[in-house]
Amino acid sequence: MAEHFVQPPHWEWYIVGYFFCAGLAGGLYVLATLLRITGSPRNDAVVRAAFLAAFPLVVACGILLTIDLGQPLRFWHMMINTTPGDGGLNFKPWSPISLGTWALLVFGIFSFVSFLLALWRRGSSTIFEVIGSVVALFLASYTGVVLSVSNQPVWSDSWAIGGLFVASALSGSAALLVLLAHWRANSSWSEPRLDRADRYFVLLEAALIVVFFVTLAQAGTLAKTFSGVWLVMWILVFLSLIPALLGSAGSRRTLSAVAVLVGVLLMRYVVIFSAQS
Amino acid sequence: MPEPVGFFTDTSICIGCKACEVACKEWNQLPGNTPKFGDGFDNTGQLDAENYRHVKFVDLVGDTPIVTGNGNAWLMMSDICKHCTNASCLEVCPTNAIVRTEYNTVLIQQDACNGCRDCISACPFGAIGFSESSGTARKCTMCYDRLQANMQPACAKACPTQSIQYGTLSQLHQKADARLAALKKQGYDNAQLYGRDDSIYGGLGAFFLLMNKPEVYGLPNKDNAVLPRRNNRMGYFGGFVTAAIGIVAGLVAFRSRADAPPAKGAEPPASAP
Repeated sequence: MAEHFVQPPHWEWYIVGYFFCAGLAGGLYVLATLLRITGSPRNDAVVRAAFLAAFPLVVACGILLTIDLGQPLRFWHMMINTTPGDGGLNFKPWSPISLGTWALLVFGIFSFVSFLLALWRRGSSTIFEVIGSVVALFLASYTGVVLSVSNQPVWSDSWAIGGLFVASALSGSAALLVLLAHWRANSSWSEPRLDRADRYFVLLEAALIVVFFVTLAQAGTLAKTFSGVWLVMWILVFLSLIPALLGSAGSRRTLSAVAVLVGVLLMRYVVIFSAQS
Repeated sequence: MPEPVGFFTDTSICIGCKACEVACKEWNQLPGNTPKFGDGFDNTGQLDAENYRHVKFVDLVGDTPIVTGNGNAWLMMSDICKHCTNASCLEVCPTNAIVRTEYNTVLIQQDACNGCRDCISACPFGAIGFSESSGTARKCTMCYDRLQANMQPACAKACPTQSIQYGTLSQLHQKADARLAALKKQGYDNAQLYGRDDSIYGGLGAFFLLMNKPEVYGLPNKDNAVLPRRNNRMGYFGGFVTAAIGIVAGLVAFRSRADAPPAKGAEPPASAP
């Protein structure tokens, strides 16, 4: 059984917000690329909306991550080694937070280019978007891995958080696209397809939550994230997935998408805060 | 390059006077936290950015009278950063603010740290704290400035019982082995060295003689002394597999050939195949 004597890093709302935005930004980019690959020009309005939304979310990521630092003006120390005599770039492949910093920067470039092209109503090459999507998926995933690669109870007791965050990034971004499609003209073709994708992603997310619980049970730390108010929140997370699983249409589809988004945020909140309580 | 140095803390002779805490605060100009008074003699609470030394009081005195505690009834231990050979904090630090010094100690460079706090989540001993005043992570420096002036760290100098001993690790290992042998001879069966060999994070620069199991003192045992990077491979693998499943699911959901174009103005069915 895992025993921990570590102190909490006090990663709180800024980090929850960062993980939420990073997941949505990455997910939106991936879904836009997948919609483009399927080849129907009837998806163009939604693809454009996804690329337009992804970049501002990446900007929000950078802001949230920076203001969470104790010394925000030293954010560039993540990339440049300031140790006298060492110099050069800081790149530690074994440290997810180091890899993630670079991934955020690289994805920022991809999402910015796609944002500009979407603004000018031009398409970028599929290869460019596919490469951007790989970085986007890494960004969504590493936020979970950075928790696992620690010695905190709950976080370090499960290897499944990276996968869980990818699944919820996809479900959350599909839900966000459902909402964006609902409010845009020429999106009636895409809306049911997004809804269907969201159902698959939500199913994947539910499965990953179960895997997460199983790994914690094996480590003997399930009670840490399953006691008191956290249990209630996990129940709410599961409830948020049900409308999307059942499928819906019209205004109920919109409500279902809102529920999924709230669930994605709540899930990150519970994972982050329960381990530090 | 100087020979590696460190601390040998013999908890069997610690009297809980906290002289080490006071000396540490004085030398390092740490104002300390407001004392917390609870059910015990520990009003420091924990190691953090204001307490580089913390005297733990482990009260194992039962409610029923006991004849002998075999040295276990009331344990005291002056805790500190362990300056691990394989340091979790140094491993994860993204800014390389945490470095290994020429003395083989682990140091957080205050002008390089940006306060991301990943080291705090990684340190298995809870030895690092976040300072609101400096906006950085802080912990024991083993009095790096004193070492450079060929002085011993303030805590070791102040300790009245020599529970905290400073020196080269090779000398300290010999002293620890001799002390353990003497205690065993006296019948203290639970006495053990913690971090003397490489089974705990490759060996500790600040190692201990304990009178009970490590867990009793709030120290991870051999099985739980693991590095954060152990989860790298499986963590990314889980993300990769989920991403692959997600991409396939997305492509299946977005495929257009199976769907008839919706009638003009009609809402497409919610559960279209």
